[in-house]
Amino acid sequence: MEPQPAAPAPAAEPSSNLKVALAWLYVGVPLLWGITQTFIKALALFK
Amino acid sequence: MAETSLLDRSRTVAEPSFNRWLIPPAALAIHLAIGQAYAFSVFKNPLMSLLSHDVDHPAPGDWTAGQVGWIFSIAIVLLGLSAAVFGTWLERVGPRKAMLTSALCFAGGFFLGSWGVHLHSLPLLYFGYGVVGGIGLGIGYISPVSTLIKWFPDRPGVATGMAIMGFGGGAMIASPLSLALMSHFKTPTDHGVAATFIALGVIYLLFMQLGVWTIRVPAEGWKPAGYVPAANHHEMITTGNVLASQAIRTPQFWLLWVVLCMNVTAGIGILETASPMIQEIFSDQVLGAGRGITAAAAGGFVGLLSLFNLLGRFFWSSASDKIGRKRIYLLYFGLGIVLYALLPTLGRHASLTLFVVACCVILSMYGGGFATMPAFLSDLFGKKEVGAIHGRVLTAWSTAGVLGPLLVNYLHESAKAKHLEGAAAFQNVFYTMAGLLVVGFLADALIRAVNDRYFVHETVSRAEAEAAPAH
Repeated sequence: MEPQPAAPAPAAEPSSNLKVALAWLYVGVPLLWGITQTFIKALALFK
Repeated sequence: MAETSLLDRSRTVAEPSFNRWLIPPAALAIHLAIGQAYAFSVFKNPLMSLLSHDVDHPAPGDWTAGQVGWIFSIAIVLLGLSAAVFGTWLERVGPRKAMLTSALCFAGGFFLGSWGVHLHSLPLLYFGYGVVGGIGLGIGYISPVSTLIKWFPDRPGVATGMAIMGFGGGAMIASPLSLALMSHFKTPTDHGVAATFIALGVIYLLFMQLGVWTIRVPAEGWKPAGYVPAANHHEMITTGNVLASQAIRTPQFWLLWVVLCMNVTAGIGILETASPMIQEIFSDQVLGAGRGITAAAAGGFVGLLSLFNLLGRFFWSSASDKIGRKRIYLLYFGLGIVLYALLPTLGRHASLTLFVVACCVILSMYGGGFATMPAFLSDLFGKKEVGAIHGRVLTAWSTAGVLGPLLVNYLHESAKAKHLEGAAAFQNVFYTMAGLLVVGFLADALIRAVNDRYFVHETVSRAEAEAAPAH
């Protein structure tokens, strides 16, 4: 298959960077909470 | 009809300024939600004592552990089947419609399940959480995969590793969240399971909307800035495409199916029995009075395994971008065989730390095996229908989800029937798991590049390609 001509990827706009940060926070906060809870539970193994 | 819905694939094509780093959180919003399935065990005791409210003294009509266990098993089987059945549909309609369908089914499964709990109807629970929810799991699991690979052709392992890591992380969120909700809704005469199911359905339906409305597919011909596909491609990384209907006719597909099935079965060998296993192998009799592993410490061990399962999904899948997919599976299996073979010895010599380390490494590679698979499929079959092909491969997961626990329980019970105790009671389990990994190692070693005749040629229509005889 012939490679398609590459469409140039424009530089990210500030609003786009803010959206990315908010989206990562949206999934990152619950994930970190879950990891912390699991880590606390795992500490019982070393007591 | 010229009008298109907001859900149509054509309406999800990204504008040129779209930032591709919005795609991993969109995928994570789906996988973090559906990963709840692996935390279903928190409902086991409450569901077994809906009438008596005391799991140790069940009332007539209370469900047994086996009956409740089938809810999760049905969901996992439906995950694999729906991923296989709806994979081609997903490629056609695009990720947004698939994600919304997944969210509606997954949340709907909770709502129907809640009704089943309220009516104390096990069939309704099987149908709700198991069948409807399971379909949501399957469609949700594969929905972001091909989109991620198309957005990250320069590092597909990193991209899919991030998303599939979410499935592991989902259980870590759901477990404490479900316990907190049950505690909130609990009354003297009710465990609060039905209300918790409703709350979880609403929470996940809303949470998954980030994925539904953020997901975009790249425009035709889009490539990341500065990305130049290598002129001399590696033999095992194709630039062409194989349709899903053709992929299942190749030996590579079935070798990968065996690879995934063996990897998952072996991982479940530890996951399924982690808590009783460590308590039995490192009991007071082995470590000395008062020094044995308690139920709380065993819970900590399960938590640690979950963490390594999660970390392995991202770490190993990312490493596969550098090392290569075939080689990294050889590493998973090779190292896994050695570690599984060592576990009985470590147990007999009461080497708790080394035992825990070995189990953690095994579980990290179990997660890695899941997360590396989409990129391996993309390397061999191309990006065009990788989501659909991945869906078909996931039937290996369903098979392993049933096979693994059955095998482990049978081997352990056989050992107990012979009055074997401690590490000796698990010796055959560990050696059998090592044997399964040998099968996986051989299957991976046999994988070669897909024969040219299976690839779609641009001058051949899809219908012609599907009708072409397989040789």
